[in-house]
Amino acid sequence: MTAKRTSRREFLKAAAAGAAMLPLPAIAQGGSARVVVIGGGFGGATCARFIKRIDPRITVTLVEANTTFTACPFSNTVIVGLRDLKAQEFGYDKLRADQIALAFSPANAIDPQARTVTLGNGTRLDYDRLVLSPGIDIRWDALPGYTEAAAERMPHAWKAGEQTLLLRRQLEAMEDGGTVVISAPANPFRCPPGPYERASLIAYYLKTKKPKSKLIILDAKDAFSKQRLFQAAWKALYPNLEWISLSNGGKVTSVDVGAMTLVTDFARHKADVANVIPPQKAARIAETAGVADRTGWCPIDPATFESKLQPNIHVVADASIAGAMPKSAFSANAQAKVCAAAVARLVRGEKPEEARLINTCYSLVAPDYGILVAGVYRPADGQIKEIEGSGGVSPLDAPSSTRALEATFANAWFKTITTEVFG
Amino acid sequence: MTARCMATAAALVFTLIGHAWAAGLADAPPGALSCSGCHPPARMAGAAVPPLTGRNAADIVEAMAAFKSGQRPATVMNLVAKGFSDDEVKAIAAWYGAQKD
Repeated sequence: MTAKRTSRREFLKAAAAGAAMLPLPAIAQGGSARVVVIGGGFGGATCARFIKRIDPRITVTLVEANTTFTACPFSNTVIVGLRDLKAQEFGYDKLRADQIALAFSPANAIDPQARTVTLGNGTRLDYDRLVLSPGIDIRWDALPGYTEAAAERMPHAWKAGEQTLLLRRQLEAMEDGGTVVISAPANPFRCPPGPYERASLIAYYLKTKKPKSKLIILDAKDAFSKQRLFQAAWKALYPNLEWISLSNGGKVTSVDVGAMTLVTDFARHKADVANVIPPQKAARIAETAGVADRTGWCPIDPATFESKLQPNIHVVADASIAGAMPKSAFSANAQAKVCAAAVARLVRGEKPEEARLINTCYSLVAPDYGILVAGVYRPADGQIKEIEGSGGVSPLDAPSSTRALEATFANAWFKTITTEVFG
Repeated sequence: MTARCMATAAALVFTLIGHAWAAGLADAPPGALSCSGCHPPARMAGAAVPPLTGRNAADIVEAMAAFKSGQRPATVMNLVAKGFSDDEVKAIAAWYGAQKD
């Protein structure tokens, strides 16, 4: 490390000396590098910022369809009225101040051979390296009856924004004594503990505002993230919450929007409010770019996040197949930094550094009751693997003061990460 | 000095300053950049989680060892500390110690 740093300094000194006589030869070469980042969420905005900070000579363009980003973490608290959607919204002014070019238009086409991106507004961007952090799309063909129109009656609320507010309004309008049904998908999907945090917070809302109501989770899985912690909390706090696992017939096989019914192989569940968290895939642009495989997600080199299917295109965050790392905002942020460091080296023809990644992910079971999963990861055997002995979840037995402290840390995390990415 | 020469000199100075700062991030040891997902910059001192930038490197090393052994109680750092070797922790601590936000 020390030797490498010295040689880098000497290289810079030599380059600077050369630059005094000739117009910046070595530096200018790197300076001409063009990186385009598609997607302005936790992954893309982080990546754009860190590439620019690591090497200000690189021209970085961030492509994003919306001028405001609406964050998913903590959006479950918006659904139950504990927080305004405004607190989830972030703009890109600080990225512009970092000299990142902003292109507010959807990316429509990518030509990996010509290395160009074509935007919805007709602009064509050339790149040396492209980073995709496009997030997820709903698989509208995966659950019979669940169409885009159906999502207006049975919101997914799995992309924060209008869907979040729709689910909130439906809960507010529901009579006391009603039934809320949540359908949770099979793995993999965005935010593995998300459905269970949502169920917890809705149960909290019902307990405090509509105590005669009940909540059912229909699950396409037999196991889920932080399961023992959630179930212990439910037992203690929310007797009206029922979890029906895959083995107990929980998998939703179709929905009947007209009848407000979720159908499994064994039963029909009538709902007053239905929240269908449907199967997902990498957002469409990943398919267009040819970086998504048959699973709908994007295989990557774990050291650089470069696509295994297309050279010079990197994929980070929810859209990527990141092995043991969950699809979380923290993972997206950590992966984007590793990718940024790798891209900054690759455009100079240098070898990327070894990667280490961390994930931490808080869930709120109640406003003052937080639980956590954390892990440390590294590339091994072509995948991202958890480092043995690291990581884990909050203790199963803990005093309420610990749960309250973790809720405080959850709030602090959101403030810190959104400040780093957008502030 | 012509205007063009001055512009070149200014560009050079900017590039060198840019590099002095950027070299910090470019030289971040493996794992270091993940920490700032939770640990805020020094200007946000007083938050629930302490900043790492500018902290005494030896203090960071000592804290991580205590988290790893379980000697110091924690909710998350006990889980994270176990993912790093002593040498990796030293490199990360030295790097954060030298950063100024």
